[in-house]
Amino acid sequence: MSLLEVKDLHTSFFTPSGEVKAVNGLSFSLEKGKVLGIVGESGSGKSVTAYSILQILTSPGRIVSGSIRLLGDELVGKSDEDMRKIRGNKISIIFQDPMTSLNPTFTIGNQLIEAILLHTDRNHEQAKQRAVEMLRLVGISEPEKRIHQYAYELSGGMRQRVMIAMALACEPDILIADEPTTALDVTIQAQILELMLELQKEMGMAVIMITHDMGVIASICDEVIVMYAGGVCERGTADAIFYHPMHEYTRGLMRSIPDMNDDEKTRLVPITGTPIDLLHMPPGCPFAPRCDRAMKICLKEKPREYWVGRDHLSACWMNVKEGLCMTERPEEEGSA
Amino acid sequence: MSGTAPNQDVLVQVNHLKQYFPVNTGFMKTTMLKAVDDVSFSIQRGETLGLVGESGCGKTTVGRTMLQLYKPTAGEIWFDGKRINSKESLREFRRRAQMVFQDPYSSLNPRMTVADIVAEPIDVHHLCADKKEREARIHHLMSLVGLNTEHATRYAHEFSGGQRQRIGIARALASKPEFIVCDEPVSALDVSIQAQVINMLEDLQRQLGLTYLFIAHDISVVKHISNRIAVMYLGHMMELASANELTRHPQHPYTVSLMSAVPIPDPQLSRKQKRIVLEGDVPSPLKVPTGCPFRTRCRYATAICEKACPEMREAAPGHFVACHNV
Repeated sequence: MSLLEVKDLHTSFFTPSGEVKAVNGLSFSLEKGKVLGIVGESGSGKSVTAYSILQILTSPGRIVSGSIRLLGDELVGKSDEDMRKIRGNKISIIFQDPMTSLNPTFTIGNQLIEAILLHTDRNHEQAKQRAVEMLRLVGISEPEKRIHQYAYELSGGMRQRVMIAMALACEPDILIADEPTTALDVTIQAQILELMLELQKEMGMAVIMITHDMGVIASICDEVIVMYAGGVCERGTADAIFYHPMHEYTRGLMRSIPDMNDDEKTRLVPITGTPIDLLHMPPGCPFAPRCDRAMKICLKEKPREYWVGRDHLSACWMNVKEGLCMTERPEEEGSA
Repeated sequence: MSGTAPNQDVLVQVNHLKQYFPVNTGFMKTTMLKAVDDVSFSIQRGETLGLVGESGCGKTTVGRTMLQLYKPTAGEIWFDGKRINSKESLREFRRRAQMVFQDPYSSLNPRMTVADIVAEPIDVHHLCADKKEREARIHHLMSLVGLNTEHATRYAHEFSGGQRQRIGIARALASKPEFIVCDEPVSALDVSIQAQVINMLEDLQRQLGLTYLFIAHDISVVKHISNRIAVMYLGHMMELASANELTRHPQHPYTVSLMSAVPIPDPQLSRKQKRIVLEGDVPSPLKVPTGCPFRTRCRYATAICEKACPEMREAAPGHFVACHNV
């Protein structure tokens, strides 16, 4: 059984101007101890996916249909009270902006201890010890002193470390990181990514890494989901996605990134057009209006996911046309 | 690097530029925040100089001070062989040097139509004789940056981020400048849109013979667009070299760790990548360490680093480094 299994998830925001289908038929599974990357541009539905899993969507957003199972236990439809026992305990989240996600009126120790008291049987003294231990684990110097400080007294990198300490204090099975390093400088980003990988190995938890940065994905993820307009374009192992991208959108993304190793400075090949308006979704493939290789069928009918390799699924009509698709998962690697 | 009148090929030269801001640090007490401290460089005609560094290193302040949006605390700015120090020279300079801002949302007036935004520099500098010429110029500028000229009467909020940035670029081009400071022009945009804007900036440079100062924190983007790159840390310039040389063979310990921290979008290379993870955080710009500003995080720091601030010197042809130990 997979640790987390998401099946045909649909999440929509019911706005005055109409239904915005932020997540539109997403399926994936996450195994124990793996790092899964979700990559996509703004509005692709990657953060909404995270919020759906934890059910922290705010009105007018809600899960329309689909199933999210944690070790076989269905989360969709669970009461708020039951979900509260899962959030922070079994599944934790780190947000992009560590300033707005820490409460400015409480000390960081206060906030850490609160989380530990809520989810474990520890008494206050033990919880405090655990908080100090966690701060030390995430590389904060003099943790005994730091627990009495407020968020504004810490730098951006330090705040993100506190957020990680808080998220990991109850040893969750899954850590969701929603753009955890986007607001940080590259050298601090390197520190935080290194720390997350180290802790992930040590504690054996699974991580869902949400980012728009292909570099971050390449440096820490085992598996990757590429999202566009609320749906999956392509998913598979990091090597499959980076070295054999099958979906036109993924290929376009790769061509848009400047290559650090290219001294000739080859001209970039951008994806034409602008991201799709989620209020007016076309009937076919959502990427078709921007796709250079779009065919008639792409505009009419939405492609389903097909296997294109042992650990690789893609939803693109071009793959079907070229005869690369399989309805069953292939036995041998390299058949694609 | 320092000196008086620059030679012919140099369009912009900055000598010993300093920009200090007074900050209230207590009751009746102000401390000087040295945002830019003794920075010198020059930009050739038609060249793109990239300026990289982490937040708070003073790269944006350099761009703004160069265009005299702030009054420099000290230092000289030379443009096309003339020193910018009088009212007349500044007025002329303001027409010939323009800026593209980072945030395409806050840098466009929401009460103005696209046509009025783009035409503002034309109006300020009285560059068009009549309404007809003005309109023709607006349409020319809009098509130059790939905007539909029918949208001239729309307001900024009706456009996406990438299109807004195009409006900002059209405005910068309106006064026919020779030099443009691009302050993080693509960092607020999605990857697929980023590439469109980068290509456009390159095309415009070729077509119009522009010179750029390209400020950004994304090193792979800066490498792609720049001829030379300068690295800043805590208001000081640490290293300056050609884009390929700086990214391939960085010499300053700070640049070395900065380059090693850039995530590579390639899983196998990334696994092999040797990261030099810097300890600790950037010190507060109010309390810059004595001597070399980087010494508190530097692995090679010695006694001299504490005492004297290293000067920029040529370590290899065209490769300038400010480090005692290189």
